[in-house]
Order: sequence, then C-alpha cells, then structure tokens
Amino acid sequence: MSTLLEVSGVSVTFDGFRAINNLSIAIGEPELRAVIGPNGAGKTTFMDIVTGKTKPDEGRVIWGERSVNLLKYSESQIAKMGIGRKFQKPTVFEDQSVRDNLAMALANKRGPFSVLVWRASDRDRARIEELAEEVGLSARLDDSAGILSHGQKQWLEIGMLLAQDPRLLLVDEPAAGMTPSEREHTTDLLKRAAKTRAVMVIEHDMEFIRRLDCRVTCLHEGAVLAEGSLDHVTKNQQVIDVYLGR
Amino acid sequence: MAKTTLAPHRAILISNPSVLWFMGLLGLFTIGVTVLSEGFGIGVISTNLVKILGMTLCLCLIAIAMDVVWGYCGILSLGHFAFFGLGGYAIGMWLMYARTEINIRDSLGRGTIPPTELEVSEAVAAQIFGVVGSSDLPLIWNFAGSLPFQLAMVVLVPGLLALIFGWLAFRSRVTGVYLSILTQAMTLALSLYLFQNDTGLRGNNGLSGLQNIPGFLHVPQSVISMWFFWASAFALGAGYLLFAWVVSGKFGSVIRAIRDNEARVRFLGYNVEGYKLFVFTITAVISGIAGALYYPQAGIINPAEIAPIASIYLAVWVAIGGRGRLYGAVIGAAFVSLLSSWLTGGGAPNIDLGFYRIVWTDWWLVLLGLGFVAVTLFFPKGIGGLFDYLVRKKP
Repeated sequence: MSTLLEVSGVSVTFDGFRAINNLSIAIGEPELRAVIGPNGAGKTTFMDIVTGKTKPDEGRVIWGERSVNLLKYSESQIAKMGIGRKFQKPTVFEDQSVRDNLAMALANKRGPFSVLVWRASDRDRARIEELAEEVGLSARLDDSAGILSHGQKQWLEIGMLLAQDPRLLLVDEPAAGMTPSEREHTTDLLKRAAKTRAVMVIEHDMEFIRRLDCRVTCLHEGAVLAEGSLDHVTKNQQVIDVYLGR
Repeated sequence: MAKTTLAPHRAILISNPSVLWFMGLLGLFTIGVTVLSEGFGIGVISTNLVKILGMTLCLCLIAIAMDVVWGYCGILSLGHFAFFGLGGYAIGMWLMYARTEINIRDSLGRGTIPPTELEVSEAVAAQIFGVVGSSDLPLIWNFAGSLPFQLAMVVLVPGLLALIFGWLAFRSRVTGVYLSILTQAMTLALSLYLFQNDTGLRGNNGLSGLQNIPGFLHVPQSVISMWFFWASAFALGAGYLLFAWVVSGKFGSVIRAIRDNEARVRFLGYNVEGYKLFVFTITAVISGIAGALYYPQAGIINPAEIAPIASIYLAVWVAIGGRGRLYGAVIGAAFVSLLSSWLTGGGAPNIDLGFYRIVWTDWWLVLLGLGFVAVTLFFPKGIGGLFDYLVRKKP
C-alpha cells in the first residue's frame, strides 16, 4: 500500500473561525478509511480542500506517485486526476435519466467539442449496464433520477463516482436517511470499491463504521484527535469526551 | 439517446420528434406565404406583411438561441440583442456603402472625366456621414464595400464580443442575477456608445435604406421581401437543427446539469466555464446572423434597437413560450411579437367602455406584463407546456 494522498499542516480560516487547524492526514491505495468527529470538526471542509473547492491558508496537499501539488488545480482538473466526491445531500441531476446521469460521469473526454460529437460506444453502454448492476439500479436505467427514492439517489451518486473511475473516493455521509437494508448494501458497495482504490468515508453512524471494518480517523476542531482501529479510537478518552460521550 | 444504435442524424430526429414537426410546419408556412405573396403568388399577403413575417422568423431564431443559453444552460443573458444588433450593423454597413457607391458612380460618371477612386470614396463618405456633420470615412468602414468582409463581420463581431465578455464573466464565476445585470450593462454600454456620432456608425440616425439591395436596385420590394423571407425561414430551420443537435445527447445533458447544479458538474471533472463560454458564444453568433437577416427587412437600424429593454423582451418571449424546449421559444417569439405588432400597429380596434377608452398602444405593455406574471405563476412551462398534455393523451 503506497501513499496516494498526503495532506500536511493545512489550516484554513473563515472569518476568524479556524475550520481546519494544522491538519495532517494521509491515505494509501487501496485503503478504506472512515472519518468521524463532532459537528464542526472540519470533515466537510477537509473534503472541500482536497477537491479544490476551498483554498487553504497554509499547508500542502500532495497527490500520487509524482507528488502533484493539488492546491494549484481547479475542481474540474482535480476531478479529472482521479478524485471523486459524493456530497452529503444526494446531488444527482433529477430531470435526467439514470442512464444520462451515469453517461455524464463516465471516464471519457470532458472537453465541449469531444462531448458534442460523443456517441455511446458499445463499451460505454456495457459499462453503464455494469455500473447500474453494481449499485442495484438496473431496472431503473431509463427512469428519471428525480423519481428515485432517497437511498437510490445515494447509490446513483456512488455509481456516478465509480463511473468516473477515480483513484480516491471521498464519500460524505452515505448512510444518512437510509433504511437498515439500504445501509448494508451501501457498506458492501464501499468495501468492494475499496479493494482497488482509496475510499474515505465521513460518517456519524458508529454501527455503519463498525460494518466498514477499517481504519478510523477522528477529527476535532480541525485537527486529528485520534487514528487507528475503531476499537482503539473509541477507547480514546478524548474521543469519548468530545464526540462519543455526548 | 444513449441507448439508440442508429446513425446520429437519424437518432436526433427520433429522439426529438418535435424537429420533424417543426421542419414540416416551417416548410408549409413558407410555401403558404410564397403562394399568397405579391411577389410570387396571388397577392393576398402584402409586401409589408411578408416583411413582418420574415422579421418574425428572425426573432424566432434569436429566441431559440436565447432558449439554449437560458432555458438549457441556465445563463439568463439579458444582452443577446446586442449581438443581434451588431449583426445588423455589420450587414447594414455594406448595404449602405455599396448602394451609395453605385449612386455616386452613376452621377459622377455622367461627367466627361471618369471619377478617381478617391473622389468616389470621398463622395460616398460625404453622402453617408453628412447627417452627422462629417465627411470622413471612419476607419471601421474601410472594407464596408466588400460583401464577403462584412458577412464575416456578421459572425466575427458578435462572436468575439461574446467570447471576450463571456471569458471575463465566467472565469470570475459571475452567475445568476449578477451575470444578468452584467449583460444588461454590456448592451446598455454598447447602445450608448453607438449613440455617439463619433463612433462612426451615424449615431442616433443609425443606418437606413437597408431594404435596397445593391446590385438589385431595380428589383421590386415585393420580390426582395420574399428573398429575405426565404432566407430567414432557411436560417431558422438550420438554426433549429443545429441547436436541436447541440442540446440533444451528452452535450445537452451536461449543459442542463450545469443549469441545475454547476458545482456538482465541476466535481464530475467538466470545465463548466468552457461549456458556458461555448454556449454563450455560439448563441451570440446565431443572434448576429438573425440580426443580419432582420434589419434589411426592417430597413433601418439605430442604437435604440439594442437598448436593454429589447433583451428583456427576448427573455419574456422565451418564458411565455416555454423554456427548455426549442419550439416553445419559437411559439413565444412569434406569438408575442406578432400580437405586439397587431396591437400597437393599429390593427386591433380600440375598445370604448363609455367611461374609458382602451387604447392598445398604451395598454399593450400592461397586457404583456400581466401575461408574463400569469405565465410565471400559473404556467411555469409556458405555452409550450400545453404540448405535454397533447402528447400524454396519446395511447
């Protein structure tokens, strides 16, 4: 397992509020990692920084074997390098079909001119079917994404992430609002994805994290409070004080 | 769309049945007007009405451009009439210059010594710019005598302006109402600039006599009006096909996604600014072409044509017709602009209520405003939305 993403000494301040405070965190490839922490711990801001949405005041974000400095790139360039992101609220394009949503995410050329002349090849079609199968939406391919249930939207978004064929998946609260059986399906999806790539999951639900069965990082006030196995982290007195105990 | 294995040109017709319908209706309309025209038919439709219908087709063309930029890509541009006007000015310069040059050569040629090129050009300048108290040909008129050059300008001037403006605006991630205000400022600034005499486009006089086509000065207007009517119908058909192709398939998917959630599209790895710039520029170019066909039928162009209100009307047409469907934009533009010329052109009888007399020229704007509010509140899909009911009724 080699290091894929390394965030070191990153700080960011919003109007005097230090959202991220000298944060250092790294993830290897392949690896499944859960990130926990109380509200306002900086979990989402951390994802914003990695995906280029927020520029930090200081610190470094290094990506891949060639140690690319991600801070110099825009959101779309970072996405093209292989970092996919799932938002907390499922954000699929509701007035388009499941198929069109997946087609947009497929790892094809992204320029306006190539997209204008793009036609689905047999490989693309097969890949879309395969992804739909993977996330359990085979029967819904031609339905509009807007009529899917909440859980199905989450899966579609995970499917879109997989379609991008990223090396690192950042997944923000995938289990929120899901039924227990949907949660189980989601855990399986993420664990399967993490066999070949790096997957980082932000989640509040400890049961969900236990099922993921992976290394856990606990954030608090914009910095890493504890890191290790779930048992190790949950036994940490500080973690109990600021997060679990409440 | 993605599932069909047909050749692309057939796929687009099948996935957009409205394209076939539209082409058929446009063809029938064109043939109908031709048969009824003074120039080529039985003369039921006056030349003046042919011009109004031809101009309406041009307005429909800019309306579908507006629909692509606003209805599909979510950029509420309130400045597309600037591009329309620039296209009109570009072709107007040639029409005016070439026609004046022919007249000057005729009158100077009657003398014993043939005129030199310099004499001709000075006389043309004096003739065109006498009205603004100048007799020098401004620099931008240097190639006004060349039709190919001015035709290139019809495409290049709006295209370049849109490219530069769009690049600056989108790169700074100006969106929503701020972008709308910026586009209003653009068209206002351009209009004010053109109002000045020393801009070199005859200030508030604008360019006139554009209905006379150099080289065809002996051809009656009843015939010329039909030529422009056909050209406008052809341009609308071609524009419709082009935009139907652009908005179908994956490109259409991406721009609708940008309309609905542009941040999400960025995280999919698409360069949102590039797409917006592409859509903004291509619609500006089509708007310029629409303007270049419109003003020879109108006969005159002046800076008031590109006042901010014109572009707002354009948005109103598209909203009334139905955003996000090309035929909706056509219906909106045709319906509202024809109704407007009927009511304000004295076609509609004023209504005497006894205690008050409704004069349509005064009340038209109120009617339009109420219509706009009603559509926004009660029929957000516009007139085009009615077709959804028709289609759904089918087994």
